[in-house]
Amino acid sequence: MSEFFAMGEYAWYVWGSYGVTFVLLALEVVLLRKRSHETKA
Amino acid sequence: MLAIVRCMVCRELLLAARRRGDVATILLFFVVVTSLFPLGIGAEPNRLREIAPGVIWVAALLSSLLSLKRLFENDHADGTLEQMLLGAAPLGVVVAAKTAAHWLLAGLPLVAISPLIALQYGLAPALYGVLALSLALGTPVLSLIGAIGAALTLGLRGGGVLLALLVLPLYVPVLILGAGAVEMASAGAGGEGQLLLLGAMLAVAAVFAPWAGAAALRISSE
Amino acid sequence: MRWFWYASPQTFFPVAGSIARWSAIAAALLAAAGLYVGFFVAPTDAQQGEAYRIIFIHVPAAWMSMLIYVVMALWAAAGLALNTRLSGMMASALAPTGALFTFIALWTGALWGRPTWGTYWEWGDARLMSELLLLFLYFGFMALQAAIDDPRRADRAGAVLALVGVVNIPIIYFSVQWWNTLHQGASVSLTAAPKMAQTMLAGMLLMTFAFWAYAIAVSMLRVRCIIRERGA
Repeated sequence: MSEFFAMGEYAWYVWGSYGVTFVLLALEVVLLRKRSHETKA
Repeated sequence: MLAIVRCMVCRELLLAARRRGDVATILLFFVVVTSLFPLGIGAEPNRLREIAPGVIWVAALLSSLLSLKRLFENDHADGTLEQMLLGAAPLGVVVAAKTAAHWLLAGLPLVAISPLIALQYGLAPALYGVLALSLALGTPVLSLIGAIGAALTLGLRGGGVLLALLVLPLYVPVLILGAGAVEMASAGAGGEGQLLLLGAMLAVAAVFAPWAGAAALRISSE
Repeated sequence: MRWFWYASPQTFFPVAGSIARWSAIAAALLAAAGLYVGFFVAPTDAQQGEAYRIIFIHVPAAWMSMLIYVVMALWAAAGLALNTRLSGMMASALAPTGALFTFIALWTGALWGRPTWGTYWEWGDARLMSELLLLFLYFGFMALQAAIDDPRRADRAGAVLALVGVVNIPIIYFSVQWWNTLHQGASVSLTAAPKMAQTMLAGMLLMTFAFWAYAIAVSMLRVRCIIRERGA
């Protein structure tokens, strides 16, 4: 398990990539839902 | 058709002659910007010689940008642009003529003064010709592409900076080819390839850009 | 005549909703599959170790960034040619997602480049430069539309810009590539994973389709917002 997270000492790079991607995509969805609620009201 | 072009160009030149300050400031801006780089980077001659083509080209880009607002703005403000839109002359021809005049006023002076700037940077005299030629081929392309941007941003708030944001990415190939031509020549390999490509870009832009600019003008004027 | 039935924003509104729902489900499933293959099935790369796993995000994001721009330009062209309002709305809906994928491609590319080439950024690489300029083109499109109040003018001005941009992308790519090969500066290659194992390719394709489904879902949601906002 810890091997998985370590990613062969490339942890920062790999998880930095996946992490930022996931955060940005989630952010896009959140902002879109907010916009949707605003226009419904 | 040629009569229209001649008429428009003469009109633009006449208007510019009445406001000589506008044209002079563009040239002055070019000179000032190129003088800033040695001040910022340091006066080491070899480094300056290396960066000269790039710096001169970037300064030409920025000068071209600054002068683009004038292209349609004055006519838009006093209603002449609407007359052109309604008139019998094909709008593409009008845009082409205005762009040509713009180049004569804002592009050609840069070409003419470039050897002087190159001298300041210690560029080898043999390269002056390539530099001037690259600018002579490239600055019309800048004017043509810039005209599209100017037409799109006509009358918008934040216009100048927005125009820069829109147009600078489109300018990049011209910059790469123009500066590249001089650098190739300085490396002894001859810049013919880049110059030919610049010529090709000019040919394509000369045909299509006025048409796109006319479409943009119609969109902006409704 | 059936084609233009859905060109009306009102009739398209519910269709967009159901497309969004199904695409979202597809995206989740494809992403789960892709990530599973990417992390647990694909083997460790001989040269790059685990760092290469960034490829499962980087390449799909880059492909999507370019695909979305082309689709955006197509909608823009349709809007100009057919004068349909919905086409312009679709182009506007796609732009933010395209810009996001472009940024992700650049970000993950930088993080992949650091351990493998030794640098976050490489000015000489044609694809990197073109991707950066693509980001600027997206921003320019969004900035232009934001600056124009009238939605119709905004759609059509953006359309002209998008079309001029789509012509420029190949030009930018080739000019940078030419510039780089003549400069003999950087000799690094972006295709650092030469021959791809089947599993790696599978993972990449799954993630590409996942991103594609995601992009469809998000842009459908956004176009619904735009339709509502314009009161169309």
